[in-house]
Amino acid sequence: MAENVEEPWFRARGMFAALLSGPVLFLFAFLLAPLAIIWGYSFGHTQGLKEIVVDGTFANYAHALNPLYVSILVKSFVFAVVTTGLCLVVGFPVAMAITFAKPQSRAWLLLLIMLPFWTNLLIRTYALMAVLRTQGYVNVFLGFLWNNLSQIMATAHLGHLAPFQPLDLLYNNFAVILGLVYVQLPFMVLPLYSAMDRLDRSLLEASLDLGAGHLRTLFQIVVPLAMPGIASGVLVTLIPSLGAFLTPDLLGGGDSQMIANVIERQFKAANDWPFGAALSFLLMYVTFAAIALQSMFTPKGGRRG
Amino acid sequence: MPEVPPLPRRRPHRRSLLAALGASGAAAVGLSFGLDGCSEKVRLGANGEEAKLNFYNWDTYIGKDTLKNFRAATGVDVNMSLFANNDELFAKLRAGNPGFDVIVPTNEFVTRLRVADLIQPLDHAKIPNFRNLLPEFQSVVFDPGRRYSIPYTWLVLGIGYRKSKMQGVPDSWKWLFDSDRYKGRIGLFDEADDLVRLAAKYLGHSIRNVPESLLPVIEAMYIRQKKNIRVFHEDNGQDLLLSGDIDIVLEYNGDIAQVMQEDDDLDFVVPKEGTLINSDCLCIPRGAPRPDNAHRFINYLLDAKVGADISNTIMYPTPNGAALALMPDSYRQNRAIFPPKDRMAVSEYGDFEGVERTHQFDELLTRVKAA
Repeated sequence: MAENVEEPWFRARGMFAALLSGPVLFLFAFLLAPLAIIWGYSFGHTQGLKEIVVDGTFANYAHALNPLYVSILVKSFVFAVVTTGLCLVVGFPVAMAITFAKPQSRAWLLLLIMLPFWTNLLIRTYALMAVLRTQGYVNVFLGFLWNNLSQIMATAHLGHLAPFQPLDLLYNNFAVILGLVYVQLPFMVLPLYSAMDRLDRSLLEASLDLGAGHLRTLFQIVVPLAMPGIASGVLVTLIPSLGAFLTPDLLGGGDSQMIANVIERQFKAANDWPFGAALSFLLMYVTFAAIALQSMFTPKGGRRG
Repeated sequence: MPEVPPLPRRRPHRRSLLAALGASGAAAVGLSFGLDGCSEKVRLGANGEEAKLNFYNWDTYIGKDTLKNFRAATGVDVNMSLFANNDELFAKLRAGNPGFDVIVPTNEFVTRLRVADLIQPLDHAKIPNFRNLLPEFQSVVFDPGRRYSIPYTWLVLGIGYRKSKMQGVPDSWKWLFDSDRYKGRIGLFDEADDLVRLAAKYLGHSIRNVPESLLPVIEAMYIRQKKNIRVFHEDNGQDLLLSGDIDIVLEYNGDIAQVMQEDDDLDFVVPKEGTLINSDCLCIPRGAPRPDNAHRFINYLLDAKVGADISNTIMYPTPNGAALALMPDSYRQNRAIFPPKDRMAVSEYGDFEGVERTHQFDELLTRVKAA
């Protein structure tokens, strides 16, 4: 018995294979095989209404590299980068605050970050629409303040303000970025938190003792040490933002088309699966490039376990 | 305005996606039980077919007791499942009929399904109630002699608007497509086919066979108009209108008629240039397991009393003359449900003009949005 337990895993081949076969089979059947089919479609064309003939053509990729689609891809990338940047700027202090909070309140703060995951993305997006719309909560509140101010000025004989004009908060690029930041923020905060949680506090104390200010400590000690967390946070925020279609669809205006919206239309209304497949894979290649870039910029040589 | 009960939504919205998923999930389970149910004793009807029928329909698009009454009259159990749009219907049938006997595609998809050989010709001898249909619906351009499809309802695209925010009645497509008068308060349908063809109609061309030379003109017009457009909506234009986000919107008559019950300040008009007419039709898909029951069911839905019952619930315009005669004035006189004759006279059915066109129109809209 004891021998069995101490046997290295690679000797217990049967056990190892049995345990591994489940996940491998799952990965193959539900991820790789469908992806391979879509990849195949991207080298085909629609024949009639039902058939997709895979004939090895590169026409879909050539079409996808048309400046129109490249410009949409670039625009989506800009949206994703802005979203990621904002998430980092907002998420970093939040993660730091949680790290330095009292242990008993830390669990609650983390729960607050994760709470939105309990609600479906669609419902959260509709909730945001209710907040931003012309007669939504923001505008109603601002209108209330404005009218009160107007009344106070009138009583003080300062004259009336012009009637309140509701702000256009919804159906524009601002709403799309806000929606993306709102959805992606937890994905940024959690890796940042886990990186900073492992940070050696004595290094901060040393830095402060040796005369560095708080800002200098932050940028020269905390940020470099949290770099692995920043890198993974950026990645898990950037990639989903790049492929977002629900948010620009529901919150965007005529100018907010992202690449995933175009892809969605190819599979539904436009009924051009091969072209949609080519666009999807183009997006995936861009994503791979982003991951490659990220690994280049991540400091090498695992400085911590 | 005459009193009209609230209209149900025909096309479920994204917000009801979860409910719809639940419903179709349940429907699919029902269906698979239906299809696998052969191990149990099979109940045969007088015509030798199993006394069952699989009906694939839009949501809230049948009378309250229609299916129950049909069972009482014929002994045939109707199992209804729901689809959200024509693309979904087409996708389901594309890989082979999973067991449906009667489906309800919109006219352009009737053509598409016929071209793809996914629906079968009807036996008119088994549909005597066909004579109840109004003459203009007994033969139509997309299906001469009604060999493949029986009209169930019809509907038109038009302009829904908030009366207090308009200068006069916006009875031209101009106010949506080609003017900054309602800048920032305009909502258009996010459907490339509809946008391109209605723009052609506005420019004085037919909805059918829009010439290549007109496409750049249409594209330039939309690019010019884009800064005035608040939103490209997903068939929830009536809600945006009701909530005050926009004041003028491209939508279906039934959808606007629905919110007109909730807000007196809303109205609907079919522009003077004319519009696109749609018609949802009853068809029998290829490989339907119970074609005779399917014919009986279609004939039953065309009955005057049954048709009136359905119209009373779903409140969409009916092509059934005998049923219409039984309807109250509140329905027959509703201007949103039945646009004026002169506007209908200049309106047309669209036609399915091939996948190449679909791709072309889609790319046009993509360019407009990216411009």
